Amino acid sequence: MKHIKTLNKKTLQSTLKKGGCGECQTSCQSACKTSCTVGNQKCENKK
Amino acid sequence: MVHAYSLEGFHILLDVNSGLVHIADELTIKIIQLINQDIEAGIFPASCPEIDVKEYASKAFAFLNSEYSLDDITEALIEIKELIDADALFTPDIYEPNIDAINARQTVIKAMCLHIAHDCNLACKYCFAEGGEYHSHDRSLMSFETGKKALDFLVDHSGNRKNLEVDFFGGEPLMNFDVVKQLVEYGRSIEKEKNKNFRFTLTTNAMLLNDEITEFLNKEMSNVVLSIDGRKEVNDRMRVTRNGKGSYDVIVPKIQEFVKKRGDKDHYIRGTFTRHNLDFTNDIQEFLDLGFENLSIEPVVTTADYGICYEDLPQIMGEYEKLARLYIERRKAGKPFTFFHFMIDLDQGPCVIKRLSGCGSGTEYVAVTPKGEIYPCHQFVGQEEFIIGNVDEGITNTEIPATFRKASVYTKDHCDKCFAKFYCSGGCPANSWNFSKDINKVYDIGCKMQQKRVECAIMIKAALAESEEDE
Repeated sequence: MKHIKTLNKKTLQSTLKKGGCGECQTSCQSACKTSCTVGNQKCENKK
Repeated sequence: MVHAYSLEGFHILLDVNSGLVHIADELTIKIIQLINQDIEAGIFPASCPEIDVKEYASKAFAFLNSEYSLDDITEALIEIKELIDADALFTPDIYEPNIDAINARQTVIKAMCLHIAHDCNLACKYCFAEGGEYHSHDRSLMSFETGKKALDFLVDHSGNRKNLEVDFFGGEPLMNFDVVKQLVEYGRSIEKEKNKNFRFTLTTNAMLLNDEITEFLNKEMSNVVLSIDGRKEVNDRMRVTRNGKGSYDVIVPKIQEFVKKRGDKDHYIRGTFTRHNLDFTNDIQEFLDLGFENLSIEPVVTTADYGICYEDLPQIMGEYEKLARLYIERRKAGKPFTFFHFMIDLDQGPCVIKRLSGCGSGTEYVAVTPKGEIYPCHQFVGQEEFIIGNVDEGITNTEIPATFRKASVYTKDHCDKCFAKFYCSGGCPANSWNFSKDINKVYDIGCKMQQKRVECAIMIKAALAESEEDE
């Protein structure tokens, strides 16, 4: 494409079915403690 | 919903429901903005707008005052339509119809904030724990017996979840270091039998760090958060001893030594900024000058006179942009640092269910006090109406966790139209409660800062992707 370039491939919709395993870190156990920053956690679903 | 914005010369399209990010040219972003206006006006539906390219090109041509040729506009519209047809732009929200099922799924308690010490050797003026006392005027340390019951509670309530997170928190947890050591030893002793893996972390003001403690933390803690606010005058304005003396000179050499020994293991240097240091990039620079590279700086959350006000927001927005520029420059120069809020992984980030369930306070995450009381999270500690149980009896109040479980971006004011909702999950319930006495409302100033951080984080991805292409 000339006008638009896509940066990433994985969609949130694709995570709906297999997501929710709960193995990822709880957001407040990292560095924030006073805000809710979920978007920067890593997925730890090994399946 | 597509969030279209320009930052540092990048024109960015965030397709909110898919999480896809597109880098566009100036013309395309203007067309998207026109489509967004038409969605707002009800001309198009919020998702999957059906665009007649020829007809819409004429409309866009007129809207853009002939600034671009009709051919160019048509070409850009064909690309936009291709992305819509490929479910990559203006995608629908397929989650809201499933939210009841998502909320009803079986969850387990997997993380615990263990208030090992309700006492502190500092008296930081902004501390939400009020010098470790948490509104109680009771300075106390957790006993090993209570801590052991807390760990047993966590194991018993964690189902098949293997990784259990325990953060030693305070007050200042190193004031009760012996119990920290005993609890780690106890946790390790039951890991195999219970098929669990404890990920211990500790949040400290660094005042008591020494060789012995450093060695222990580096061996046992998967993450250590060290609190310091940045420049000496900034740190010492807020982070003072009980006698009112600044802590900078004591903690800096200790943190430097700790970080040197910590090597590649996870740690964060965590600062708080107030309206006295809205130029907090200078504090990040101070961290870098001191040799620290894993950084976080958080806005203070308070209604006190040093709290963040609406009138501070323009400066804060500019400051996040400045910080983003510094982040990119250092990465390109081979001297990278991490900044907690800029760490977005666009491909390996959390699933949408995690993004909808947020921090899990009260359902997946709890805080335990020295007395063994259980709260939904550390920030509610001391507000006794939020006690949901204790380590002897377990969860005795199921009403509060149920309320927390139901709160999501679909129940909170303002979240429905917010592009950042899948990055903050509707924000911190404690902030909502502290500002509005309702966890289904949002802390608006916090939202605006969060939105800016998300915009900057995505722009950084675009800048680094471009720089990699150039190489």
